[in-house]
Amino acid sequence: MRTNRLTPWLYIAPVLFLLGLFLLYPSIETFRISFFGPSSKDFVGFANYIYAFTNPVMVSAFRNNALWVVVFTSFTVGFGLILAVLLDRVKYEKIIKSLIFIPMAISFVGAGVIWKFVYAYRPPGAPQIGLLNEIVTALGGKPIGWLITRPWVNNLCLIFVGIWIWTGFCMVILSAAYKNIPRELMEAARIDGANEWQVFWRVIIPLLKPTVAVVATTMVVFVLKVFDIVYVMTNGNYSTEVVANRMYKEMFAWSNYGHASAIAIVLLILIIPMMIINIRRFREQEATR
Amino acid sequence: MKLLKRIFPRTTLHAVIIGIALIWMLPTVGLLVTSFRLPQDVAHTGWWTVFSHPFNFTQYTLQNYETVITKNGMGRAFINSLIITVPATFFPVLLAAFAAYAFAWMKFPGRKTLFMVVVALLVIPLQMTFIPILRIFNWLHLSGTFPGIWLAHTSYGLPLTVYLLHNFIAGLPRDLFDSAAIDGASTMQTFFRLVIPLSVPAIASVVIFQFIWVWNDLLVALIYLGGFRSVAPLTLQVASLVGSRGQDWELLTAAAFVSMALPLFIFFSLQRYFVRGILAGSVKG
Repeated sequence: MRTNRLTPWLYIAPVLFLLGLFLLYPSIETFRISFFGPSSKDFVGFANYIYAFTNPVMVSAFRNNALWVVVFTSFTVGFGLILAVLLDRVKYEKIIKSLIFIPMAISFVGAGVIWKFVYAYRPPGAPQIGLLNEIVTALGGKPIGWLITRPWVNNLCLIFVGIWIWTGFCMVILSAAYKNIPRELMEAARIDGANEWQVFWRVIIPLLKPTVAVVATTMVVFVLKVFDIVYVMTNGNYSTEVVANRMYKEMFAWSNYGHASAIAIVLLILIIPMMIINIRRFREQEATR
Repeated sequence: MKLLKRIFPRTTLHAVIIGIALIWMLPTVGLLVTSFRLPQDVAHTGWWTVFSHPFNFTQYTLQNYETVITKNGMGRAFINSLIITVPATFFPVLLAAFAAYAFAWMKFPGRKTLFMVVVALLVIPLQMTFIPILRIFNWLHLSGTFPGIWLAHTSYGLPLTVYLLHNFIAGLPRDLFDSAAIDGASTMQTFFRLVIPLSVPAIASVVIFQFIWVWNDLLVALIYLGGFRSVAPLTLQVASLVGSRGQDWELLTAAAFVSMALPLFIFFSLQRYFVRGILAGSVKG
């Protein structure tokens, strides 16, 4: 192609400029100010990091994020996989898939309102307006304050909102991979006497493993940064704090830029392994081109 | 297969699938129904009670929508969301298409390294950037303004859009570029007459993803527009109503539905591109 040495740079200059100013420079600056006090004036060494790892609310935020990672990731991926396999066997597959995918179109704020209403609580005796407590009382139970019963009930209720949103995503990707498995492989296993259970664990799962790994990585990256759902539904009260919401509070509510930066760095460090996986995947793609 | 039918009869399969679909839909149905109910009904009875006499139209009203749109700022917020989202979708896609083309089909020193940097930036948590950028914005008086959030969303969207468009543009056949060069086409002509028209499917997916991402964003708006009521997008307005009108479910549900209406419309009208866009964008940090 007819180009002089400058041409390519004209094409990439705007992108490089914006990425440098809005992603690269701020990241370095955030690293620097994580070693400084609240207003970034006095050097404090590792004090902000010590705070990030020892403050009781931070510790509980890490514990909650860990719970999110484990429960959210296993349910979205597991549920998505089960749906992908089950739906392949029915004729109305498409319409059910769209229904389950719809929450992906809704903002987390919208989803937060939807589920806060499902979890709504009225004292015993009063007519319930939340669906879940209506079911509980209809079955003879006492209404439960889903979002204030700590620490398991409310955290799991928040995590379920995430699962509701993201299962459709996992299902669509896993379903595409499942449909790529040659039918003869499963038929051969069945002819050899394998039952459906064995076909699932010995044929389908091993063949889907690479896709499951990709989907699970994506879910972990998302969930480490989970913010909106918690912000809207509980704002981290009643022991439901998560790291990203805490960072927001440190920054906005308390203007402690040292704490907030250190928390951001910790978040980055948690995500770096995922970044390495992404780059490796990209290298493999590039090598096969 | 026979064994499957014995253990897991078809009827059970159908029941399980339809049961799951119902669980997935009910919360949204509840939201929609409640948004059309009278305030006094909403406060005292569950939304499912409308189904005992679904055709009694006196129990429905549009009053909640009127109230949230005119009195609770949802009308203004809808317009703000549009003002924020349209440029914040157009600019990153255009700039990324330029860069993706250069990365894919031009030779220059550092090409691979620079592209690797772009891909690596994909997973930088946005939290890493808030404080320094907010300081710059305060200094330039850009916080609480539309240009400020356009710049932020454009930059945050670039790594993903460059990455996705590069994947697509790099896959176009080499012959096309060779014959364009033989015909004496400049890089600009090649870009606008060849690359862009051929990349329409990829661009459509990326546009939908970026649009939905920005439209549904809460965090970035909270950081750069938080506290400025007049420029708040829908997500910010709904979140603040949750705080101030937490028990007025007929208003909250109507407001939430206003914020969801456009993404749902795009979902139903452009489903294939929508799903493709969301899947492609999932690597975003």
